[in-house]
Amino acid sequence: MRRSKYERPAHLIGNAERPRLTTSAMIASIAGADQPTRPAPFGHALSALAEKDDRVVGLSADLAKYTDLHVFRAAHPDRFYQMGMAEQLLMMSAAGMAREGLQPWLTTYAVFASRRAYDFICLAIAEEMLDVKIVCALPGLTTGYGPSHQATEDIAMFRGMPNLTIIDPCDASEIEQVVPAIAAHRGPVYMRLLRGNVPLVLEEYGYRFELGKAKLLRDGRDTLIISSGLMTMRALEAAGELRKNGVDAGVLHVPTIKPLDEATILAECARQGRLVVVAENHTVIGGLGEAVAASLMRSAVRPAAFRQIGLPDAFLEAGALPTLHDMYGISTTKIVTRIKEWLDE
Amino acid sequence: MAQIGHNISLPERARRIRRHALRMGEVQGQGYIAQALGIADVLAVAYFHATSYRPEDPEWEGRDRFLLSIGHYAIALYAALIEAKIIPEDELETYGTDDSRLPMSGMAAYTPGMEITGGSLGHGLGIAVGMSLALKRKGSRSFVYNLFSDGELDEGSTWEAAMSAGSYKLDNLIGIVDVNQMQADGPSLGVLNFEPLGPKFEAFGWFVQRVDGNDIDALVDAFDKARQHPHPQPRMIICDTKMAKGVPFLEARERNHFLRVEPQEWAEAIRIIDAGVTA
Repeated sequence: MRRSKYERPAHLIGNAERPRLTTSAMIASIAGADQPTRPAPFGHALSALAEKDDRVVGLSADLAKYTDLHVFRAAHPDRFYQMGMAEQLLMMSAAGMAREGLQPWLTTYAVFASRRAYDFICLAIAEEMLDVKIVCALPGLTTGYGPSHQATEDIAMFRGMPNLTIIDPCDASEIEQVVPAIAAHRGPVYMRLLRGNVPLVLEEYGYRFELGKAKLLRDGRDTLIISSGLMTMRALEAAGELRKNGVDAGVLHVPTIKPLDEATILAECARQGRLVVVAENHTVIGGLGEAVAASLMRSAVRPAAFRQIGLPDAFLEAGALPTLHDMYGISTTKIVTRIKEWLDE
Repeated sequence: MAQIGHNISLPERARRIRRHALRMGEVQGQGYIAQALGIADVLAVAYFHATSYRPEDPEWEGRDRFLLSIGHYAIALYAALIEAKIIPEDELETYGTDDSRLPMSGMAAYTPGMEITGGSLGHGLGIAVGMSLALKRKGSRSFVYNLFSDGELDEGSTWEAAMSAGSYKLDNLIGIVDVNQMQADGPSLGVLNFEPLGPKFEAFGWFVQRVDGNDIDALVDAFDKARQHPHPQPRMIICDTKMAKGVPFLEARERNHFLRVEPQEWAEAIRIIDAGVTA
């Protein structure tokens, strides 16, 4: 799929098929141009939490500014710990602080927490059920910087870690609710973070986050989209588009990836005659899609058909996010197209 | 200072720690007994001279924290915890068996007095950094000790921790590195050369002492100086120890990272220790 590095760019040889977008800056928002947003919801929610709870401290590995923790650092400078660009240390020191009764909230990028620091989360934190919250920006495909920054397999890795709760929130309002909810949960949590100006999507659905619960945001007769994180945003948009095409699509939002709300998922999938599509901002290997599939198999629940929308089992390309989301099939347009095709099969 | 047994000398404590370790080793017939014999003098000084703790309340908030980063040295720490009366002596016969509180590799959830789960090497010093930061935040005067090994100097995470401890000037953190010159694949310096070791930690902002880790008087002096050092910096005690110290026929074995000891040899080793033969 990737061009040879000895082949010059298509537009320079008069061969371009579409307009060229630029790679957005690392801190760019994933919000659409006309979408309502809230700035740094995690940073503000954590600052508010710290007002009420003396145990709360914040740590980062030279990425406070890029994980919205700079808001907390400004509000509570004496409770912020800069651990340097050292993710192993970030996990170890958070474990030590939790052992002494603090509640450390640490931030880095999802790639570094999962790939670089896995052993330190697993043994120093999870094995001891320590109360550490690991909040990681750039989940899945939310940067155009290429595989060094794209955490396409973080959930696959972390699902295998005992004791760890995994949260993939959808929008700003949900992040604001997740922070106090996981603070009240005693134990390690991995949360995928949407940072910067984060879209507001769920308020109009009267949605409330509950740890460990999947929620039906929209019902539909023809197909059910099961999704987490920003893909719930896309699923809702796709459902609106599909409606215009006479397709009735439901959306089941699953912000808690582990422990998985199998009861709700199975109950929804047991309804006859619907195509079930799992949409995730993650490789199709080892994420929400395979978790749902396994659950269906174990319980002998058979939807009319089962399909996955997710990232391919590949190192992804660099470029502009909208281009990449289209290329890999997780844009709203591509979701609509594929669901229509599957329903026509 | 330790609250118990002031009438028992430190060499006698070290002898008893070696004896407890040998008796546990005998249960398995093999194990990390050379490390335990080598580090016994350090543990005697740590538990019966330097650290504060309450045997009846291992999680007493005012205790000094003693972290065992090297999980496989558990046999040595159990011996010290037994001598400190944190673990009852009759439990040593359960070492490494089913349903024991004394597993082969040290884990916090299993054993009273075991502060952390070690064994994935290179974790202890970083956890100690976090505990030191948290204790300062709580206004505690307790020290955090982290016992780690020359092999763990190979782990990059050790140096992340060393740099941060210097950066945060953690004067409540005391590192103890056991330089016994033996790793799984052979002599430590042949695995990766970590020398000159003292200057490395000094360059990272630590107050460094290097002592003969089998010389109890030198260890007492080093622990005292580490605690009393007036400058705001973390403290490192580099302890050069001898594998299998105190049992000459085990000291003489070339490859002693994981010792296999014949059944009749355990009694002989214990007899040598009881006779106070220290070669």
